Amino acid sequence: MTAFDATSTLKATMDRYYRDLGAAAERGTAPVAWCTSVGPAELLRALGFRVFFPENHAAMLGAARTANRYMPLAHAHGYSQDICSYLTSDVGAYLAGESPLSAYGLQGTPRADVLVFNTNQCRDVRDWFEWYGRAWNVPVVGVRSPRSLEAVTDDDVEAIARQIERLVPTLEAVAGTRLDAPRLEHAVRVSRECSDLWELCLRTAAHEPAPLTFFDGTVHMGPAVVLRGAEEACAYYRVLLQELEQRARENVAAVQGEAFRLYWDGMPIWGRLRSLSTLFAEFRTSVVASTYCNSWIFSALDPADPIRSMARASLELFIGRSEEAKEDYIARMTELYRVDGIVYHDCRTCPNNTNTRYGMPGRLADRTGIPALVLDGDVNDMRCVSDEQARTNVEGFIEQLADARHLARSARV
Amino acid sequence: MTYAGVDSGSWNTKAVVIDAGARVLGTSVVRSGADLAGAAEQCYAQALDRAGCSRDAVSAVWATGFGRQSVAFANGSRTELDCHGRGAAHYVPGPLVVVDIGGQDAKVIRIDAAGQRVSHRMNRKCAAGTGSFLDEIALRLGVPIEHMDALAAGSTDELELSSFCTVFAGTELLTLIRGGKRPADLAMAAYRSLVKRIVAMDVLDGRVVATGGVIAHHPTMVSLLAREMRAEVLVPPHPQEMGAFGAALAARDGAASVGPASADRLTSLAPLGAAHAR
Repeated sequence: MTAFDATSTLKATMDRYYRDLGAAAERGTAPVAWCTSVGPAELLRALGFRVFFPENHAAMLGAARTANRYMPLAHAHGYSQDICSYLTSDVGAYLAGESPLSAYGLQGTPRADVLVFNTNQCRDVRDWFEWYGRAWNVPVVGVRSPRSLEAVTDDDVEAIARQIERLVPTLEAVAGTRLDAPRLEHAVRVSRECSDLWELCLRTAAHEPAPLTFFDGTVHMGPAVVLRGAEEACAYYRVLLQELEQRARENVAAVQGEAFRLYWDGMPIWGRLRSLSTLFAEFRTSVVASTYCNSWIFSALDPADPIRSMARASLELFIGRSEEAKEDYIARMTELYRVDGIVYHDCRTCPNNTNTRYGMPGRLADRTGIPALVLDGDVNDMRCVSDEQARTNVEGFIEQLADARHLARSARV
Repeated sequence: MTYAGVDSGSWNTKAVVIDAGARVLGTSVVRSGADLAGAAEQCYAQALDRAGCSRDAVSAVWATGFGRQSVAFANGSRTELDCHGRGAAHYVPGPLVVVDIGGQDAKVIRIDAAGQRVSHRMNRKCAAGTGSFLDEIALRLGVPIEHMDALAAGSTDELELSSFCTVFAGTELLTLIRGGKRPADLAMAAYRSLVKRIVAMDVLDGRVVATGGVIAHHPTMVSLLAREMRAEVLVPPHPQEMGAFGAALAARDGAASVGPASADRLTSLAPLGAAHAR
């Protein structure tokens, strides 16, 4: 992983966020809403909620490699080991009464006053929230999104906008306040600014050599995930962007001697983030871009039309699109970042964010001429990961790229 | 000039010594056990002995296999994906598809007309589709693994083992035994199950070459593969030692080492054909 000066600002930003959340949940300083990663966070902020994203919490369990300690508790309650391991590790941690948030002074998972989902990612987020809704006897509301969209039509947007609007009375009742239009416009404006800044940060990796990798991105995306719609996130990305642009100008590489550039599709393998980062770096290979980190870019957000633009942004999300739309997107990214190969993570418990199971790697390889590697693994369940097989797969893939490059050079001589 | 390759596999370690013309001078296979470095030493010494040459006479030795990092005396390394492909392509010109079935994993490797690897697939983290599956079934049938092929030769009834999972397949086997099914038919069913897993890994079109310990010791697998694919399956010489042979070829050809056995990883992406010195 790359050491950035901005990391101290990142830590301070996240620290303030969690402590503020803890104060709200445990001392009642503000109402608390849980929100899925692409749920209507801006609406919640405009109503004064402190917003908690359990996917971020589950990722912390994965990165700390404690997820497998908790999952069996959820399995025992009837939540299968074949469903989302974010869900099972988070629910398991709750059942165990433990949370990595204790490092920020919280006593455990912050208790919600309301849980708000959007099924644009998967059904699991709804099941996840409903588990807590039953445990705490609090309302669970949400948006039911269409999936596998070829294009996002005005009709689709209208339907989702109506659903978002229908959330308002419940949320107002829980928050004890009325929705204020200027506050919503402000939240959407700030959210869009955060999105634009995050996009600019990621785009610096188009530079050769790339100043950051996908693995760095999964760490530095924290504020874009949990502070979407808040000024603090924008402040952080201004700091990070400045550093990344300077590194690009000075050709400071995230991976020393960058020889190969790859694109990552699918979820991170949180429990192997560092070891995979080291493994790729050993082979002078920079994983320069990813669908995952790009998924927090919401270019459709428009403060002039807050609800409809939130609806459009949630529908344009990669995970909710058709195979054809996804392929077009990845093909564009491979051109933008000039990659030598694509790594697909076949995530055992996350079929919705796995793009290897309907022939996409082969189709895209044929279309772009860019070779593909499929790594079997999981986002949080490390029982699904074979380190030896991953090493051989990665090393074998780099051998293949090296041989192909040599052959091409020989042919030119 | 003499070259050598050592394949440190999950079950067995294999070594091959070749001359500059890729003629095999000596081979060896020993159990890998828990001491991978010791097994590599022993295997290499045995192959050298059989080749009638000393260590000093070997210009370069390369390692491959899952334990390639444990072969301390190697001058370089390549993955088994590369070495099985490289070895098979020496005997059979591309384009071809190499099917390698080892004790712990199965691989399908595609080689183009120029002899370059263009893709690979490995089995998932699961014993089904590997030699370990056959070991489990032999244990359940109470026959030594080396007798299983001969046992299957007496099969007359076509049975199916439908389970995806080795443990469940074992349970299914017990049900069939209770139902009075013959061990010969059950052994053949196990081979058929393994073949079905292999053909599902990738499209096995064109020229198919089979390698690996399972292929070397279970000829039934080759005939079943051919039957399933309705095509000829080629088995090159010394299929079990193909990875080690490929590593010896890599040592001879000075293939770029991207592996951790190379002395300096940051400069190890030397062009193919460059002399590889430690």
